[in-house]
Amino acid sequence: MNENKNTKLTMSVSPHFKSTETTMGVMLNVIIALLPALIASIFVFRMKAFMVIATSVVSCVIFEYIARKLMKKENTIYDLSAVVTGILLAFNLPSNIPLWIVVLGALIAIVVVKQFFGGLGQNFVNPALAARIILMSSFPARMSSWPLPGKDVTVTGATPMALLKQHNMDALPSIKDMFFGLHGGSLGETCAIALILGGLYLMIKKVITPTIPLTYIATVAIGMLFASKFDLTFTLYEILGGGLLLGAIFMATDYVTCPVTEKGRFIYALCAGILTLLIRLFASMPEGVSFSIILMNIFTPQIDKITRTKPFGFIKEKKAKKAKEEK
Amino acid sequence: MAKEKKMNIGKEFSKGIISDNPVFRLVLGTCPSLAVSTSLENALGMGIAASFVLICSNVVISALRKVIPDKVRIPAFIVVIATFVSIVQMVVQAFAPALNDALGIYLPLIVVNCILLGRAEAYASKNPVFYSAIDGLGMGFGFTIAIALMAIVREIFGAGTLTLKLLGKGILLDFNPYIARVGLEPILIFILAPGGFFVFGILMALFNKIAESKGKQKAELGCAGCPMSKTCASCETNNDKKVEVASK
Repeated sequence: MNENKNTKLTMSVSPHFKSTETTMGVMLNVIIALLPALIASIFVFRMKAFMVIATSVVSCVIFEYIARKLMKKENTIYDLSAVVTGILLAFNLPSNIPLWIVVLGALIAIVVVKQFFGGLGQNFVNPALAARIILMSSFPARMSSWPLPGKDVTVTGATPMALLKQHNMDALPSIKDMFFGLHGGSLGETCAIALILGGLYLMIKKVITPTIPLTYIATVAIGMLFASKFDLTFTLYEILGGGLLLGAIFMATDYVTCPVTEKGRFIYALCAGILTLLIRLFASMPEGVSFSIILMNIFTPQIDKITRTKPFGFIKEKKAKKAKEEK
Repeated sequence: MAKEKKMNIGKEFSKGIISDNPVFRLVLGTCPSLAVSTSLENALGMGIAASFVLICSNVVISALRKVIPDKVRIPAFIVVIATFVSIVQMVVQAFAPALNDALGIYLPLIVVNCILLGRAEAYASKNPVFYSAIDGLGMGFGFTIAIALMAIVREIFGAGTLTLKLLGKGILLDFNPYIARVGLEPILIFILAPGGFFVFGILMALFNKIAESKGKQKAELGCAGCPMSKTCASCETNNDKKVEVASK
Protein backbone atom coordinates (compact mmCIF):
# COMPACT_ATOMS: atom_id res chain seq x y z
CA MET A 1 0.00 0.00 0.00
CA ASN A 2 2.99 2.25 0.55
CA GLU A 3 3.51 2.81 -3.15
CA ASN A 4 0.13 4.50 -3.39
CA LYS A 5 0.96 6.96 -0.66
CA ASN A 6 1.24 9.91 -3.01
CA THR A 7 -1.96 9.51 -4.95
CA LYS A 8 -5.00 11.16 -3.51
CA LEU A 9 -7.58 8.64 -4.58
CA THR A 10 -6.69 4.98 -4.50
CA MET A 11 -8.98 2.77 -6.47
CA SER A 12 -8.23 -0.92 -6.51
CA VAL A 13 -9.43 -3.20 -9.27
CA SER A 14 -11.38 -5.45 -6.95
CA PRO A 15 -15.15 -5.10 -6.92
CA HIS A 16 -16.39 -2.95 -4.09
CA PHE A 17 -19.76 -4.52 -3.53
CA LYS A 18 -20.82 -4.92 0.01
CA SER A 19 -21.97 -8.46 0.46
CA THR A 20 -22.85 -10.93 3.13
CA GLU A 21 -20.24 -13.30 1.78
CA THR A 22 -17.58 -14.19 4.31
CA THR A 23 -14.32 -16.10 4.03
CA MET A 24 -15.88 -18.79 6.14
CA GLY A 25 -18.89 -19.00 3.82
CA VAL A 26 -16.72 -19.30 0.73
CA MET A 27 -14.48 -21.90 2.34
CA LEU A 28 -17.51 -23.85 3.55
CA ASN A 29 -18.78 -23.97 -0.04
CA VAL A 30 -15.39 -25.17 -1.25
CA ILE A 31 -15.40 -27.89 1.40
CA ILE A 32 -18.88 -28.98 0.34
CA ALA A 33 -17.68 -29.05 -3.27
CA LEU A 34 -14.70 -31.17 -2.25
CA LEU A 35 -16.87 -33.68 -0.36
CA PRO A 36 -17.86 -35.87 -3.36
CA ALA A 37 -14.20 -36.29 -4.31
CA LEU A 38 -13.33 -36.92 -0.66
CA ILE A 39 -15.92 -39.66 -0.35
CA ALA A 40 -14.82 -41.11 -3.68
CA SER A 41 -11.19 -41.19 -2.58
CA ILE A 42 -12.09 -43.02 0.63
CA PHE A 43 -14.18 -45.41 -1.41
CA VAL A 44 -11.34 -46.03 -3.85
CA PHE A 45 -8.37 -46.16 -1.49
CA ARG A 46 -10.19 -47.16 1.74
CA MET A 47 -8.89 -46.56 5.28
CA LYS A 48 -5.48 -45.38 4.18
CA ALA A 49 -7.00 -42.45 2.30
CA PHE A 50 -9.08 -41.49 5.31
CA MET A 51 -5.98 -41.49 7.50
CA VAL A 52 -4.07 -39.26 5.07
CA ILE A 53 -6.94 -36.77 4.78
CA ALA A 54 -7.57 -36.70 8.53
CA THR A 55 -3.88 -36.23 9.34
CA SER A 56 -3.54 -33.50 6.75
CA VAL A 57 -6.60 -31.53 7.86
CA VAL A 58 -5.89 -31.84 11.59
CA SER A 59 -2.22 -30.90 11.25
CA CYS A 60 -3.03 -27.96 8.95
CA VAL A 61 -5.49 -26.56 11.50
CA ILE A 62 -3.08 -27.11 14.39
CA PHE A 63 -0.19 -25.47 12.53
CA GLU A 64 -2.41 -22.53 11.60
CA TYR A 65 -3.39 -22.10 15.25
CA ILE A 66 0.19 -22.37 16.54
CA ALA A 67 1.62 -20.06 13.87
CA ARG A 68 -0.98 -17.35 14.51
CA LYS A 69 -0.50 -17.70 18.25
CA LEU A 70 3.30 -17.43 18.01
CA MET A 71 3.06 -14.39 15.75
CA LYS A 72 0.58 -12.84 18.16
CA LYS A 73 -2.03 -12.40 15.45
CA GLU A 74 -5.73 -13.10 15.60
CA ASN A 75 -6.80 -16.70 15.43
CA THR A 76 -7.94 -17.61 11.93
CA ILE A 77 -8.73 -21.29 12.17
CA TYR A 78 -12.46 -20.56 12.05
CA ASP A 79 -12.28 -19.15 8.53
CA LEU A 80 -11.79 -22.79 7.48
CA SER A 81 -9.07 -21.94 4.95
CA ALA A 82 -6.68 -24.28 6.75
CA VAL A 83 -9.22 -27.09 6.40
CA VAL A 84 -9.46 -26.49 2.65
CA THR A 85 -5.66 -26.44 2.36
CA GLY A 86 -5.55 -29.67 4.36
CA ILE A 87 -8.03 -31.45 2.11
CA LEU A 88 -6.32 -30.20 -1.05
CA LEU A 89 -2.91 -31.23 0.23
CA ALA A 90 -4.17 -34.73 1.02
CA PHE A 91 -5.78 -34.91 -2.43
CA ASN A 92 -2.34 -34.34 -3.95
CA LEU A 93 -0.64 -37.20 -2.13
CA PRO A 94 -0.57 -40.91 -2.87
CA SER A 95 -2.50 -42.97 -0.32
CA ASN A 96 0.51 -45.02 0.83
CA ILE A 97 2.48 -41.97 1.91
CA PRO A 98 3.90 -42.20 5.47
CA LEU A 99 1.85 -39.96 7.72
CA TRP A 100 4.84 -37.97 8.98
CA ILE A 101 5.39 -36.73 5.44
CA VAL A 102 1.78 -35.55 5.43
CA VAL A 103 2.44 -33.60 8.64
CA LEU A 104 5.60 -32.15 7.10
CA GLY A 105 3.58 -31.14 4.04
CA ALA A 106 1.05 -29.39 6.26
CA LEU A 107 3.88 -27.55 8.01
CA ILE A 108 5.27 -26.36 4.68
CA ALA A 109 1.86 -25.36 3.34
CA ILE A 110 0.57 -23.53 6.38
CA VAL A 111 3.66 -22.17 8.09
CA VAL A 112 6.20 -21.63 5.32
CA VAL A 113 4.03 -20.80 2.33
CA LYS A 114 1.04 -19.17 4.01
CA GLN A 115 1.84 -17.68 7.42
CA PHE A 116 5.41 -16.59 6.70
CA PHE A 117 4.00 -14.38 3.98
CA GLY A 118 1.25 -12.96 6.17
CA GLY A 119 -1.55 -15.50 6.21
CA LEU A 120 -4.58 -15.96 4.00
CA GLY A 121 -4.64 -13.43 1.19
CA GLN A 122 -0.90 -12.83 1.26
CA ASN A 123 0.37 -16.20 0.07
CA PHE A 124 1.85 -15.79 -3.41
CA VAL A 125 1.30 -19.39 -4.45
CA ASN A 126 -1.28 -22.01 -3.57
CA PRO A 127 -0.08 -23.48 -0.24
CA ALA A 128 -1.22 -27.04 -0.92
CA LEU A 129 0.43 -27.11 -4.34
CA ALA A 130 3.68 -25.59 -3.09
CA ALA A 131 3.77 -28.22 -0.35
CA ARG A 132 3.18 -30.93 -2.93
CA ILE A 133 6.05 -29.72 -5.08
CA ILE A 134 8.41 -29.44 -2.11
CA LEU A 135 7.46 -32.95 -0.98
CA MET A 136 7.88 -34.12 -4.55
CA SER A 137 11.45 -32.87 -4.75
CA SER A 138 12.21 -34.09 -1.22
CA PHE A 139 10.84 -37.61 -1.54
CA PRO A 140 10.73 -38.36 -5.26
CA ALA A 141 10.34 -42.11 -4.81
CA ARG A 142 7.59 -41.95 -2.20
CA MET A 143 5.67 -39.28 -4.05
CA SER A 144 5.55 -41.20 -7.29
CA SER A 145 4.58 -44.69 -6.19
CA TRP A 146 0.86 -44.91 -6.65
CA PRO A 147 -1.14 -47.67 -4.99
CA LEU A 148 -3.86 -49.18 -7.12
CA PRO A 149 -7.45 -48.97 -5.86
CA GLY A 150 -8.42 -51.28 -3.04
CA LYS A 151 -7.40 -52.15 0.47
CA ASP A 152 -3.91 -53.39 -0.27
CA VAL A 153 -1.57 -50.43 -0.28
CA THR A 154 1.46 -52.51 -1.16
CA VAL A 155 0.30 -53.06 -4.72
CA THR A 156 1.49 -50.07 -6.66
CA GLY A 157 1.27 -49.39 -10.33
CA ALA A 158 1.74 -46.76 -12.97
CA THR A 159 -0.80 -43.97 -13.19
CA PRO A 160 -2.65 -43.41 -16.44
CA MET A 161 -0.39 -40.42 -17.01
CA ALA A 162 2.75 -42.54 -16.75
CA LEU A 163 1.26 -45.14 -19.09
CA LEU A 164 0.35 -42.45 -21.61
CA LYS A 165 3.89 -41.13 -21.39
CA GLN A 166 5.22 -44.60 -22.21
CA HIS A 167 2.64 -44.95 -25.02
CA ASN A 168 1.44 -48.10 -23.30
CA MET A 169 -2.18 -47.82 -24.37
CA ASP A 170 -3.14 -51.44 -23.65
CA ALA A 171 -2.43 -51.20 -19.93
CA LEU A 172 -4.70 -48.18 -19.50
CA PRO A 173 -7.86 -48.57 -17.42
CA SER A 174 -11.13 -48.23 -19.31
CA ILE A 175 -12.67 -44.81 -19.83
CA LYS A 176 -15.46 -45.83 -17.44
CA ASP A 177 -12.93 -46.58 -14.70
CA MET A 178 -11.29 -43.25 -15.41
CA PHE A 179 -14.61 -41.49 -14.84
CA PHE A 180 -15.34 -43.23 -11.56
CA GLY A 181 -11.78 -43.08 -10.25
CA LEU A 182 -10.90 -46.75 -10.24
CA HIS A 183 -7.27 -46.28 -11.20
CA GLY A 184 -3.95 -45.38 -9.64
CA GLY A 185 -3.14 -41.82 -8.74
CA SER A 186 -3.10 -39.40 -5.88
CA LEU A 187 -6.08 -39.39 -3.54
CA GLY A 188 -8.31 -36.68 -4.92
CA GLU A 189 -7.49 -36.71 -8.60
CA THR A 190 -8.85 -40.09 -9.59
CA CYS A 191 -12.63 -39.71 -9.55
CA ALA A 192 -13.43 -37.36 -12.42
CA ILE A 193 -17.19 -37.37 -11.92
CA ALA A 194 -16.93 -36.27 -8.27
CA LEU A 195 -14.56 -33.45 -9.19
CA ILE A 196 -16.88 -32.25 -11.96
CA LEU A 197 -19.84 -32.38 -9.54
CA GLY A 198 -17.89 -30.27 -7.06
CA GLY A 199 -16.94 -27.82 -9.78
CA LEU A 200 -20.56 -27.45 -10.90
CA TYR A 201 -21.62 -26.79 -7.30
CA LEU A 202 -19.02 -24.06 -6.98
CA MET A 203 -20.14 -22.44 -10.23
CA ILE A 204 -23.83 -22.60 -9.26
CA LYS A 205 -23.01 -21.07 -5.88
CA LYS A 206 -20.95 -18.45 -7.77
CA VAL A 207 -17.87 -19.18 -5.69
CA ILE A 208 -15.83 -19.52 -8.88
CA THR A 209 -16.48 -18.37 -12.41
CA PRO A 210 -16.22 -20.97 -15.17
CA THR A 211 -13.47 -19.03 -16.97
CA ILE A 212 -10.43 -20.70 -15.42
CA PRO A 213 -11.55 -24.37 -15.37
CA LEU A 214 -13.06 -24.21 -18.86
CA THR A 215 -10.18 -22.34 -20.47
CA TYR A 216 -7.60 -24.53 -18.76
CA ILE A 217 -9.24 -27.83 -19.70
CA ALA A 218 -10.12 -26.65 -23.20
CA THR A 219 -6.54 -25.54 -23.86
CA VAL A 220 -5.19 -28.90 -22.81
CA ALA A 221 -7.90 -30.73 -24.77
CA ILE A 222 -7.31 -28.81 -27.99
CA GLY A 223 -3.56 -29.11 -27.66
CA MET A 224 -3.78 -32.84 -27.04
CA LEU A 225 -6.12 -33.27 -30.00
CA PHE A 226 -3.55 -31.69 -32.27
CA ALA A 227 -0.65 -33.51 -30.66
CA SER A 228 -2.34 -36.90 -31.08
CA LYS A 229 -3.55 -36.13 -34.62
CA PHE A 230 -7.20 -36.00 -33.54
CA ASP A 231 -7.23 -39.18 -31.47
CA LEU A 232 -10.28 -38.64 -29.25
CA THR A 233 -9.57 -41.48 -26.82
CA PHE A 234 -6.07 -40.25 -26.14
CA THR A 235 -7.39 -36.74 -25.52
CA LEU A 236 -10.06 -38.03 -23.15
CA TYR A 237 -7.45 -39.94 -21.17
CA GLU A 238 -5.31 -36.83 -20.96
CA ILE A 239 -8.23 -34.81 -19.59
CA LEU A 240 -9.48 -37.39 -17.10
CA GLY A 241 -6.08 -38.62 -15.99
CA GLY A 242 -3.64 -36.84 -13.74
CA GLY A 243 -4.46 -33.79 -11.71
CA LEU A 244 -5.93 -31.70 -14.51
CA LEU A 245 -9.55 -31.64 -13.27
CA LEU A 246 -8.55 -31.23 -9.63
CA GLY A 247 -6.07 -28.52 -10.54
CA ALA A 248 -8.29 -26.64 -12.95
CA ILE A 249 -11.37 -26.66 -10.71
CA PHE A 250 -9.99 -26.35 -7.20
CA MET A 251 -6.37 -25.21 -7.32
CA ALA A 252 -6.09 -22.74 -10.18
CA THR A 253 -9.25 -20.94 -9.03
CA ASP A 254 -7.87 -20.08 -5.59
CA TYR A 255 -8.96 -16.46 -4.99
CA VAL A 256 -5.66 -15.34 -3.58
CA THR A 257 -3.44 -16.56 -6.37
CA CYS A 258 -5.46 -16.04 -9.55
CA PRO A 259 -6.02 -12.77 -11.44
CA VAL A 260 -9.03 -10.63 -10.51
CA THR A 261 -10.39 -9.73 -13.93
CA GLU A 262 -12.05 -12.23 -16.26
CA LYS A 263 -9.63 -11.25 -19.03
CA GLY A 264 -6.71 -11.87 -16.71
CA ARG A 265 -8.17 -15.21 -15.68
CA PHE A 266 -8.47 -16.23 -19.31
CA ILE A 267 -4.80 -15.42 -19.98
CA TYR A 268 -3.82 -17.16 -16.74
CA ALA A 269 -5.71 -20.37 -17.53
CA LEU A 270 -4.55 -20.34 -21.15
CA CYS A 271 -0.91 -20.08 -20.14
CA ALA A 272 -1.33 -22.74 -17.45
CA GLY A 273 -2.89 -25.02 -20.08
CA ILE A 274 -0.03 -24.45 -22.50
CA LEU A 275 2.53 -25.13 -19.77
CA THR A 276 0.73 -28.33 -18.82
CA LEU A 277 0.74 -29.39 -22.46
CA LEU A 278 4.43 -28.69 -22.82
CA ILE A 279 5.34 -30.57 -19.64
CA ARG A 280 3.13 -33.56 -20.45
CA LEU A 281 4.27 -33.84 -24.04
CA PHE A 282 7.92 -32.86 -23.98
CA ALA A 283 9.29 -32.93 -20.42
CA SER A 284 10.53 -35.98 -18.59
CA MET A 285 7.74 -35.88 -16.01
CA PRO A 286 4.41 -37.55 -16.74
CA GLU A 287 2.39 -34.82 -15.03
CA GLY A 288 2.75 -31.07 -14.98
CA VAL A 289 -0.44 -29.54 -13.61
CA SER A 290 1.00 -28.55 -10.24
CA PHE A 291 4.07 -26.93 -11.77
CA SER A 292 2.01 -25.04 -14.35
CA ILE A 293 -0.37 -23.67 -11.74
CA ILE A 294 2.43 -22.64 -9.39
CA LEU A 295 4.25 -20.88 -12.23
CA MET A 296 1.11 -19.03 -13.26
CA ASN A 297 0.44 -18.14 -9.59
CA ILE A 298 3.77 -16.37 -9.64
CA PHE A 299 2.83 -14.53 -12.83
CA THR A 300 -0.55 -13.46 -11.43
CA PRO A 301 0.55 -9.97 -10.26
CA GLN A 302 1.94 -9.27 -13.74
CA ILE A 303 -1.26 -10.47 -15.40
CA ASP A 304 -3.26 -8.28 -13.02
CA LYS A 305 -1.11 -5.34 -13.99
CA ILE A 306 -1.62 -5.69 -17.74
CA THR A 307 -5.32 -6.47 -17.52
CA ARG A 308 -6.20 -3.72 -15.08
CA THR A 309 -9.60 -2.26 -15.93
CA LYS A 310 -9.69 1.38 -16.89
CA PRO A 311 -11.27 3.38 -14.07
CA PHE A 312 -13.65 6.26 -14.77
CA GLY A 313 -11.80 9.51 -15.40
CA PHE A 314 -8.57 7.66 -16.10
CA ILE A 315 -5.54 9.79 -16.98
CA LYS A 316 -2.86 8.26 -19.16
CA GLU A 317 0.26 7.21 -17.32
CA LYS A 318 2.53 9.57 -19.26
CA LYS A 319 0.40 12.53 -18.36
CA ALA A 320 0.29 11.48 -14.74
CA LYS A 321 4.06 11.19 -14.73
CA LYS A 322 4.41 14.61 -16.27
CA ALA A 323 2.10 16.09 -13.70
CA LYS A 324 4.15 14.46 -10.99
CA GLU A 325 7.36 15.89 -12.34
CA GLU A 326 5.89 19.35 -12.48
CA LYS A 327 5.07 19.13 -8.82
CA MET B 1 28.52 9.12 8.62
CA ALA B 2 29.88 10.53 11.81
CA LYS B 3 32.07 7.97 13.46
CA GLU B 4 32.81 8.18 17.13
CA LYS B 5 36.47 8.85 17.68
CA LYS B 6 36.94 6.33 20.42
CA MET B 7 36.19 2.86 19.14
CA ASN B 8 35.78 -0.19 21.24
CA ILE B 9 37.83 -3.13 19.99
CA GLY B 10 35.48 -5.71 21.42
CA LYS B 11 32.50 -3.99 19.85
CA GLU B 12 34.20 -3.73 16.46
CA PHE B 13 34.78 -7.46 16.59
CA SER B 14 31.47 -8.64 17.99
CA LYS B 15 29.27 -6.50 15.74
CA GLY B 16 30.06 -8.86 12.87
CA ILE B 17 28.60 -11.83 14.68
CA ILE B 18 25.00 -10.91 15.40
CA SER B 19 24.02 -7.26 15.11
CA ASP B 20 25.85 -6.65 11.81
CA ASN B 21 26.21 -10.24 10.65
CA PRO B 22 27.25 -9.90 6.99
CA VAL B 23 25.01 -12.68 5.69
CA PHE B 24 21.88 -12.38 7.81
CA ARG B 25 21.87 -8.71 8.73
CA LEU B 26 23.72 -6.89 5.95
CA VAL B 27 22.49 -9.41 3.34
CA LEU B 28 25.88 -9.56 1.65
CA GLY B 29 27.67 -12.58 0.24
CA THR B 30 24.41 -14.43 -0.26
CA CYS B 31 25.55 -16.30 -3.34
CA PRO B 32 28.40 -18.32 -1.80
CA SER B 33 26.38 -18.82 1.39
CA LEU B 34 23.59 -20.49 -0.53
CA ALA B 35 25.82 -22.45 -2.87
CA VAL B 36 28.46 -23.80 -0.53
CA SER B 37 26.39 -24.52 2.58
CA THR B 38 25.41 -28.02 1.51
CA SER B 39 27.97 -29.58 3.84
CA LEU B 40 29.68 -28.28 6.97
CA GLU B 41 33.15 -29.13 5.67
CA ASN B 42 32.73 -27.00 2.56
CA ALA B 43 31.13 -24.21 4.53
CA LEU B 44 34.00 -24.02 7.01
CA GLY B 45 36.53 -24.11 4.18
CA MET B 46 34.74 -21.29 2.41
CA GLY B 47 34.33 -19.29 5.60
CA ILE B 48 37.99 -19.54 6.53
CA ALA B 49 39.20 -18.74 3.00
CA ALA B 50 36.94 -15.70 2.77
CA SER B 51 37.87 -14.54 6.28
CA PHE B 52 41.57 -14.69 5.45
CA VAL B 53 41.07 -12.62 2.31
CA LEU B 54 38.80 -10.22 4.19
CA ILE B 55 41.30 -9.52 6.98
CA CYS B 56 44.23 -9.10 4.57
CA SER B 57 42.35 -6.91 2.11
CA ASN B 58 40.92 -4.77 4.92
CA VAL B 59 44.42 -4.17 6.29
CA VAL B 60 45.94 -3.30 2.92
CA ILE B 61 43.05 -1.11 1.80
CA SER B 62 43.00 0.68 5.11
CA ALA B 63 46.75 1.28 4.89
CA LEU B 64 46.37 2.63 1.36
CA ARG B 65 43.18 4.57 2.03
CA LYS B 66 44.87 7.95 1.68
CA VAL B 67 46.75 6.93 -1.47
CA ILE B 68 43.90 5.43 -3.48
CA PRO B 69 42.20 8.11 -5.59
CA ASP B 70 38.49 8.35 -4.90
CA LYS B 71 37.40 7.92 -8.51
CA VAL B 72 39.19 4.62 -9.13
CA ARG B 73 38.82 3.16 -5.67
CA ILE B 74 36.62 0.23 -6.74
CA PRO B 75 39.15 -1.13 -9.28
CA ALA B 76 41.88 -0.56 -6.71
CA PHE B 77 39.95 -2.52 -4.08
CA ILE B 78 39.31 -5.31 -6.57
CA VAL B 79 43.02 -5.56 -7.41
CA VAL B 80 43.93 -5.83 -3.74
CA ILE B 81 41.22 -8.42 -3.07
CA ALA B 82 42.11 -10.39 -6.21
CA THR B 83 45.73 -10.61 -5.09
CA PHE B 84 44.78 -12.29 -1.85
CA VAL B 85 42.19 -14.49 -3.50
CA SER B 86 44.87 -15.75 -5.90
CA ILE B 87 47.12 -16.57 -2.97
CA VAL B 88 44.30 -18.43 -1.20
CA GLN B 89 43.33 -20.29 -4.34
CA MET B 90 46.89 -21.46 -5.00
CA VAL B 91 47.29 -22.57 -1.38
CA VAL B 92 44.00 -24.48 -1.44
CA GLN B 93 44.84 -26.08 -4.79
CA ALA B 94 48.20 -27.20 -3.44
CA PHE B 95 47.27 -28.40 0.01
CA ALA B 96 43.54 -29.20 -0.10
CA PRO B 97 42.64 -30.27 -3.64
CA ALA B 98 39.45 -31.94 -2.40
CA LEU B 99 38.21 -28.67 -0.95
CA ASN B 100 39.16 -26.92 -4.16
CA ASP B 101 37.01 -29.35 -6.13
CA ALA B 102 34.12 -28.98 -3.72
CA LEU B 103 34.14 -25.19 -3.73
CA GLY B 104 34.71 -25.02 -7.47
CA ILE B 105 34.03 -21.62 -8.98
CA TYR B 106 33.03 -20.12 -5.62
CA LEU B 107 36.63 -19.96 -4.45
CA PRO B 108 37.86 -17.57 -7.17
CA LEU B 109 34.52 -15.79 -6.95
CA ILE B 110 35.50 -14.50 -3.50
CA VAL B 111 36.98 -11.64 -5.54
CA VAL B 112 33.53 -10.25 -6.23
CA ASN B 113 32.09 -11.25 -2.87
CA CYS B 114 30.04 -8.32 -1.63
CA ILE B 115 31.23 -8.74 1.94
CA LEU B 116 34.80 -7.94 0.94
CA LEU B 117 33.92 -5.03 -1.28
CA GLY B 118 31.31 -3.82 1.20
CA ARG B 119 33.71 -3.80 4.13
CA ALA B 120 36.45 -2.20 2.02
CA GLU B 121 34.08 0.54 0.96
CA ALA B 122 32.13 1.04 4.16
CA TYR B 123 34.84 0.46 6.74
CA ALA B 124 38.44 -0.08 5.68
CA SER B 125 38.59 2.97 3.42
CA LYS B 126 37.56 5.19 6.32
CA ASN B 127 39.16 3.68 9.39
CA PRO B 128 42.67 3.01 10.75
CA VAL B 129 44.55 -0.19 9.97
CA PHE B 130 44.18 -1.87 13.34
CA TYR B 131 40.44 -1.38 13.57
CA SER B 132 40.04 -2.51 9.97
CA ALA B 133 41.82 -5.73 10.82
CA ILE B 134 39.53 -6.26 13.81
CA ASP B 135 36.53 -5.46 11.63
CA GLY B 136 37.71 -7.96 9.03
CA LEU B 137 38.22 -10.58 11.71
CA GLY B 138 34.76 -10.01 13.18
CA MET B 139 33.04 -9.94 9.82
CA GLY B 140 34.93 -13.02 8.66
CA PHE B 141 33.96 -14.80 11.86
CA GLY B 142 30.35 -13.73 11.39
CA PHE B 143 30.37 -14.99 7.81
CA THR B 144 31.88 -18.31 8.86
CA ILE B 145 29.31 -18.72 11.64
CA ALA B 146 26.44 -17.83 9.31
CA ILE B 147 27.49 -20.18 6.54
CA ALA B 148 28.29 -22.96 9.03
CA LEU B 149 24.88 -22.56 10.69
CA MET B 150 23.17 -22.87 7.33
CA ALA B 151 25.31 -25.87 6.49
CA ILE B 152 24.54 -27.62 9.80
CA VAL B 153 20.78 -27.22 9.30
CA ARG B 154 20.88 -28.18 5.65
CA GLU B 155 23.19 -31.15 6.06
CA ILE B 156 21.40 -32.69 9.04
CA PHE B 157 17.92 -32.29 7.56
CA GLY B 158 18.84 -32.88 3.94
CA ALA B 159 21.35 -35.70 4.09
CA GLY B 160 21.14 -36.95 7.68
CA THR B 161 24.87 -36.49 8.14
CA LEU B 162 27.25 -33.96 9.63
CA THR B 163 30.83 -33.74 8.40
CA LEU B 164 32.94 -32.53 11.30
CA LYS B 165 35.96 -32.28 9.08
CA LEU B 166 38.51 -29.70 8.20
CA LEU B 167 40.89 -30.25 5.30
CA GLY B 168 39.78 -33.86 5.08
CA LYS B 169 40.60 -34.66 8.69
CA GLY B 170 37.94 -35.37 11.25
CA ILE B 171 34.86 -37.52 11.57
CA LEU B 172 31.64 -37.95 9.67
CA LEU B 173 28.58 -38.18 11.89
CA ASP B 174 25.90 -40.25 10.21
CA PHE B 175 22.45 -39.96 11.76
CA ASN B 176 20.71 -41.99 9.07
CA PRO B 177 20.44 -45.26 11.07
CA TYR B 178 18.83 -43.37 13.99
CA ILE B 179 16.53 -41.47 11.65
CA ALA B 180 15.49 -44.70 9.97
CA ARG B 181 14.81 -46.35 13.33
CA VAL B 182 12.01 -43.88 14.10
CA GLY B 183 10.68 -44.27 10.56
CA LEU B 184 11.86 -40.94 9.17
CA GLU B 185 13.98 -40.03 6.18
CA PRO B 186 16.22 -37.09 5.28
CA ILE B 187 14.35 -34.30 3.50
CA LEU B 188 16.19 -34.00 0.22
CA ILE B 189 15.06 -30.48 -0.57
CA PHE B 190 17.26 -29.00 2.17
CA ILE B 191 20.32 -29.96 0.12
CA LEU B 192 18.82 -28.52 -3.07
CA ALA B 193 18.83 -24.82 -3.92
CA PRO B 194 15.23 -24.05 -2.79
CA GLY B 195 15.99 -25.54 0.62
CA GLY B 196 18.98 -23.22 0.85
CA PHE B 197 16.67 -20.25 0.39
CA PHE B 198 14.22 -21.54 3.01
CA VAL B 199 16.98 -22.00 5.58
CA PHE B 200 18.45 -18.63 4.65
CA GLY B 201 15.13 -16.84 5.11
CA ILE B 202 14.28 -18.52 8.38
CA LEU B 203 17.73 -17.92 9.89
CA MET B 204 17.57 -14.31 8.72
CA ALA B 205 14.27 -13.90 10.54
CA LEU B 206 15.86 -15.42 13.64
CA PHE B 207 18.85 -13.05 13.51
CA ASN B 208 16.50 -10.11 13.00
CA LYS B 209 14.57 -11.20 16.06
CA ILE B 210 17.72 -11.48 18.17
CA ALA B 211 19.04 -8.13 16.95
CA GLU B 212 15.65 -6.53 17.46
CA SER B 213 15.55 -7.71 21.04
CA LYS B 214 18.84 -5.85 21.47
CA GLY B 215 17.25 -2.70 20.14
CA LYS B 216 18.69 -2.81 16.62
CA GLN B 217 16.75 -2.04 13.49
CA LYS B 218 15.58 -4.68 11.08
CA ALA B 219 18.03 -5.67 8.38
CA GLU B 220 17.46 -3.69 5.25
CA LEU B 221 19.32 -3.40 2.02
CA GLY B 222 20.67 -0.08 3.14
CA CYS B 223 23.08 2.22 1.40
CA ALA B 224 25.98 1.89 3.81
CA GLY B 225 27.05 -1.48 2.46
CA CYS B 226 26.51 -0.52 -1.16
CA PRO B 227 29.67 0.08 -3.15
CA MET B 228 27.91 2.81 -5.13
CA SER B 229 27.04 4.79 -2.01
CA LYS B 230 29.32 7.69 -2.88
CA THR B 231 28.12 8.25 -6.41
CA CYS B 232 24.56 6.98 -6.35
CA ALA B 233 22.00 9.79 -6.57
CA SER B 234 19.20 8.13 -4.67
CA CYS B 235 21.36 7.27 -1.72
CA GLU B 236 20.71 8.66 1.71
CA THR B 237 24.34 8.68 2.82
CA ASN B 238 25.09 10.62 -0.33
CA ASN B 239 22.41 13.15 0.54
CA ASP B 240 23.97 13.60 3.95
CA LYS B 241 27.26 14.19 2.26
CA LYS B 242 25.74 16.77 -0.07
CA VAL B 243 24.38 18.58 2.94
CA GLU B 244 27.81 18.43 4.53
CA VAL B 245 29.42 19.83 1.40
CA ALA B 246 26.82 22.55 1.20
CA SER B 247 27.31 23.54 4.79
CA LYS B 248 31.04 23.82 4.26
